[in-house]
Amino acid sequence: MLNSEKITKIVLYLASFIIILITGGMVLTLISGTLPVFKEFGFGFIFSSDWDPTQGKEKYGALPFIAGTLITSIMAIIIAFPFAFSTSIFIGELYRGTKVANFVGIMVDMLAGIPSIVYGLWGFYVLRPLIVDLGLSSQGYGIFTAGLILAIMIIPYATSITTEIIKMVPNELKEAAYSLGSTRKDVILKVIVPNAKSGIFTSYILAFGRAVGETMAVTMLIGNTNIIPTSLFGTGNTMASVIANQFGEADGLKLSALITIALLLFVITGIVNWIGKIIIKNLN
Amino acid sequence: MATAITKTKKFKLKRKFLEKTERKLLRKDKIFTAVIITLSAITISPIVLIIYKLISSGYRQINIAFFTETSPDTYEAMLAVNEGNIIPGGILNGITGTLFIVGMAALFAIPIGLLVGIFLYENGTKGYTNLIRNLTDIMQGIPSIVLGLIAYFWVVKPITSGFSALAASVALAIMMLPLIIRSTEETLKMIPISIKEAGLALGVPYYKILFKVLIPTGLSGLLTGILLSISRIVGETAPLMLTALGSMKVNFDIDKPTSAVPLLIWEFYNDPNMVDLIWSSSLFLMIFVLGLNLLSKRILANRSK
Repeated sequence: MLNSEKITKIVLYLASFIIILITGGMVLTLISGTLPVFKEFGFGFIFSSDWDPTQGKEKYGALPFIAGTLITSIMAIIIAFPFAFSTSIFIGELYRGTKVANFVGIMVDMLAGIPSIVYGLWGFYVLRPLIVDLGLSSQGYGIFTAGLILAIMIIPYATSITTEIIKMVPNELKEAAYSLGSTRKDVILKVIVPNAKSGIFTSYILAFGRAVGETMAVTMLIGNTNIIPTSLFGTGNTMASVIANQFGEADGLKLSALITIALLLFVITGIVNWIGKIIIKNLN
Repeated sequence: MATAITKTKKFKLKRKFLEKTERKLLRKDKIFTAVIITLSAITISPIVLIIYKLISSGYRQINIAFFTETSPDTYEAMLAVNEGNIIPGGILNGITGTLFIVGMAALFAIPIGLLVGIFLYENGTKGYTNLIRNLTDIMQGIPSIVLGLIAYFWVVKPITSGFSALAASVALAIMMLPLIIRSTEETLKMIPISIKEAGLALGVPYYKILFKVLIPTGLSGLLTGILLSISRIVGETAPLMLTALGSMKVNFDIDKPTSAVPLLIWEFYNDPNMVDLIWSSSLFLMIFVLGLNLLSKRILANRSK
């Protein structure tokens, strides 16, 4: 006999089942799309740096894009770290609870609200000429420019979690250190940071996950050459941007290659977020 | 006598040393604070610079036509630029397209997201519930371009047999879902359990408790989550390139290619004659996104009063 209790329960279960359908369906769609590439190249696809769409002798490999993605994202983290970390200290400890800290917090939050394509435009018309003027590279495109814009984009993600973690460090610990004559710098570097380090680490892992999946801004700045980047100011391509660039004209084996890259991207972001989640779980 | 003198001398020396160390420590502390402040100031400079650039380069193009006319073709734009005029036309096709696609995505994502959020809240940490929770987390991490690709294979190829607004909405709805689910669960968790129990004790059926107690009590939290999730997808470009493609006309057919503001920005960017339009369109898009953000924060602030 169906009563309202049971119907409510069934509806809720059905809704939750949609999540399984979507995620399962995504994995199936991606895997079935990769089959042609897998038949042709096997796992060698991941380690090959060929990208030749000429009819008849097509050869594809994902290594340049994996390399481009990892290099730009790691660079973004390295560039973002001193700024995001200082801002977290500024909001979470030095000026905690003041109007200035509130203002800085709002400004950083606003960074998260800017669409990726606007970052791309700004990078293209403001940052790129600057890099050319500084004589760092002749065109201004490349790994460094892409890493720099990514760094700005991930700052709000890295900052917000780190700030929360820093605020959570118990006051007793800080007061104990102050009463022993510690300066503010010592309290921050020797009490707060060691106590918050795994939380801080997690926030940068999650920020890294964001950087890996970014498409538009990177596409507009990286130069889009399908080679393994050779220098800091050299051009390259990332997994997300090669999909965005080449999808429109792709079919057959090339389409399958792009789907395989999408699957790899899916797996990489999945692993990164999973690691972050485990660390957060251990924190609690 | 002699020993006394050396003792005071020693004491003075020691004090001098300590004072010196203290000064050194304090100076280091000041330098540290200065570094933190400088780096924080640099951190917030991009947002100021970006907004400045958008306003200073974009305000010239913003007029009534910008909101009421569709985007010009490249020839019209070239003529206007050559004569030093502002580019005629506007981004009406983009604005309607964005509202259409995002509205449809919200229509898909809000009911499912709310239901799954309620499901997670009701079922604690059992095996199946945790599976759903983990899958939701995985969904949240999927790059938007991958979602675009998925929607291409799910909708563009089999259902609409061509680029379409529907495909774009599906991609954006999948993007919204995990955000709504998590915010719904978090909001419901914050409602005191006694309110729910009071209802149950009176013998009220569960669905009535949901609609008459839990949802009204948590309404502002739910609304905030929904608005934030919309603000996250409004600016998305990459998935739309693979699904909605873009169109020069105002379109409300779910199975036809449709434009959106971010797509228009991408088109203007790639067309040297239309470059002047990118800043005004970006300015509009950013005001829209920030407006949604502010609105959701206002709702939350009102609740906590």
